[in-house]
Amino acid sequence: MKIRRIGIGAVALAAASALMLAGCSAGGDTPSTSAAGNSSAIITANGSEPQNPLIPTNTNEVGGGKILDEIFAGLVYYDAKGAPVNDVADSIETTDAQNYTIKIKPGLKFTNGDPVDAASFVDAWQYGALLSNAQLSSYFFEDIEGFSYDADSPLTGLKVVDDTTFTVALTSPKSDFPLRLGYSAFFPLPKSAFADMAAFGENPIGNGPYMLAGAGAWKHNEKIDLVVNPDYKGGRVPKNGGVTIVFYATQDAAYSDLQGGNLDVLDAVPDSAYQTFQSDLGDRAVNQPAAVFQSFTIPSRLAHFGGEEGTLRKQAISMAINREEITKVIFEGTRTPASDFTSPVIDGWTDKLKGADVLKYNPDEAKKLWAEADKISPWSGTFQIAYNSDGGHQGWVDAVANSLKNTLGIDASGAPSPTFAQVRTAITDRSIQTAFRTGWQADYPGLFNFLGPIYATNAGSNDGDYSNPDFDALLEKGSSETDVDTANKDFQDAQEILLKDLPAIPLWYSNVTGGYGTEVSNVTFGWNSVPLYSEITKG
Amino acid sequence: MAGYIFRRVLQAIPVFFGTTFLIYFMVFAMPGDPIVALFGDKTPNPAVIEQLRQQYHLDQPFIVQYFIYIGGIFRGDFGISFSGEPVTQILARTFPVTIRLAVLALLFQSIAGIVVGLYSGLRKGKLFDSSALVVSLILISLPIFVIAYVAQYVFGVQLGWARTTVGSGAPLQDLVMPALVLASVSFAQIVRLTRSSVIETSGLDFVRTAYSKGLSRRRIVPVHILRNSLIPVVTFLATDFGVLLVGATVTEGIFNVPGVGNTLYQAIIRGEGPTVVSFVTVMVLLYLVVNLVVDLLYGLLDPRIRLVK
Repeated sequence: MKIRRIGIGAVALAAASALMLAGCSAGGDTPSTSAAGNSSAIITANGSEPQNPLIPTNTNEVGGGKILDEIFAGLVYYDAKGAPVNDVADSIETTDAQNYTIKIKPGLKFTNGDPVDAASFVDAWQYGALLSNAQLSSYFFEDIEGFSYDADSPLTGLKVVDDTTFTVALTSPKSDFPLRLGYSAFFPLPKSAFADMAAFGENPIGNGPYMLAGAGAWKHNEKIDLVVNPDYKGGRVPKNGGVTIVFYATQDAAYSDLQGGNLDVLDAVPDSAYQTFQSDLGDRAVNQPAAVFQSFTIPSRLAHFGGEEGTLRKQAISMAINREEITKVIFEGTRTPASDFTSPVIDGWTDKLKGADVLKYNPDEAKKLWAEADKISPWSGTFQIAYNSDGGHQGWVDAVANSLKNTLGIDASGAPSPTFAQVRTAITDRSIQTAFRTGWQADYPGLFNFLGPIYATNAGSNDGDYSNPDFDALLEKGSSETDVDTANKDFQDAQEILLKDLPAIPLWYSNVTGGYGTEVSNVTFGWNSVPLYSEITKG
Repeated sequence: MAGYIFRRVLQAIPVFFGTTFLIYFMVFAMPGDPIVALFGDKTPNPAVIEQLRQQYHLDQPFIVQYFIYIGGIFRGDFGISFSGEPVTQILARTFPVTIRLAVLALLFQSIAGIVVGLYSGLRKGKLFDSSALVVSLILISLPIFVIAYVAQYVFGVQLGWARTTVGSGAPLQDLVMPALVLASVSFAQIVRLTRSSVIETSGLDFVRTAYSKGLSRRRIVPVHILRNSLIPVVTFLATDFGVLLVGATVTEGIFNVPGVGNTLYQAIIRGEGPTVVSFVTVMVLLYLVVNLVVDLLYGLLDPRIRLVK
């Protein structure tokens, strides 16, 4: 989960991008002026100060993540549509979705000359998984044999066969494991990193399309300068001379710089410019659905929300929300109403799920279902949605509360807390006594990532403590398929159960909102809302 | 004089401990667990949280955390931020930027403010005076972010006279626009302050005496009137300099100045105790120094004020 936090702190999410499946190519097809551009031109892009040292397994937010993705090459990378393409990997093979044999391309090097071999991956993963290293992304290794949250324990499922081959044994089949391998937690590390990880985090040495422009290229709170790595041999060879990522404390400042011509590419338009940015930037504006799913969760332990009664009430609430209108009025069209629990940019997404009607505004049906629930046990009290007031959520929460008030005739309101930390703490220790805002930004472009970690029984981010054996069984079935389409079919079936139970009320997908300057072309936004910097040409 | 300064420095010691303790307590008492917030909307495993808490001493009781921190300060160690950077480094990076910005703003506002105020005061009720009053009223009424956004849009985006935000390293020419914006409100206040002070002084006996002695206006205005009118202005400037050093958070945010206000704001949001407390401590010390310097300046401006006992 890449967290994006800018300016007003903890909006844990925001933009993201990706071309829609249908081929919404607005972002990609810039007029191809001066075909190749200047191959030594430096692109400037917006970013934010990384919150952690630049160590792949210890970076879980967008500020650091977008840098790591450029200076490292993993086994695979994701193309604009989110499909995995082999980068360092030569082949990733399995017959049972549980045991994998990974071969990597020979002769690759880190920018300090260290070889990129099987051990570079295995050692890096061992480091990332070890409990006492307290890495923020350690959970990515929890499916590998030997992983433990209780004590330091080596990943026994990783074995180096020879310099270019290693094997991975998982504790249970996970058909989307190869898809996960493009995430930064799975990047390799050079030998030199392990001697002094703190120093490495300040001046990371990678094997990606770009590298740091010398020691001290990371100017804290100001910018980081990346230049082309001449030794990179994969599919992302840059068409420009480098990228300077400028750190902005507020999105407003970044937007002003784009308008003033000081910034080439922007991947997060501030709320204050939602209304105007498309007319300001014309066809240089980008506004597409992204891999970010927004919802609110009503835990079934709340009074009136358990069992049959709870299901009826949750369905009624879902149908009482006018998503179309809220995304249009409050968000100026920078959100797309949800029709499932994942995102349109993910392979396998469909808006034809059985039961998706529950996400359509239907006040009559909502009233009817609410009345049925009242027959089981009459409603009393106030319905509240908790949110952090430092993240710009008040607008939509109030709108949703009003929708509920008007449609169901109940007392509904928002329950703001001053900080993100406060809300998350209350959610994590289960002391929260209301419904609460939830959201998910995908780690890797797969349906399972939107479902398994959130709704599977006892899953890490199952904040509503949802549990349904049928759902778990379908997830497991999908995970053990070796064919992607069959697996996706199972995940879709699993979602149809969610649409009945509504462990979270889907609201909308956040769009990536961005734009670019007149000097650059070939700007395409990747599935994860970050522009594909290596493709951009300038001049 | 030396004894006076020594006493003032001694007074700073309890102030130092008091403020660090209070600020540390306030950061500690902030609701929510900063470690949980590091994971965004994802719920981390309790074991990982426990490891991280130990790393930042967050598993210790408040008073222990405080003394670990204070103990570190005396060894020159101000703690470490979540991004692994020593806080001393953050301080060394951000304070020069903010001091540059503050000094620049102070120069603009004091020179322009005193000149306009003096001229207004000497020409009370004339056209220049009335217009100065109207302009200063407008500037005082406008919230600073309005001025900042308008300046950024007009001069940065539309006319292209200045960079829209401050570039890396905060070069002086980039800081001019933010400094002018920062200076605008105080400029207006200095105009008004100087003006009324000049009017008051001009009516005093010693000024009339000076005129009747046959001294020229060129000597009376700067030496007799201006110098004696400056005491309230200097007091104001000193407080204002303190405010500027403490970081013009809003202005720094709008112009993306990598200074104190911006950094402190981010640290507060993240609940990074060591960063917040260290910044505030340095601010308090700076404030004390500035106030001391001002008290010494009074003596130069008005020999009747004696720094004794």
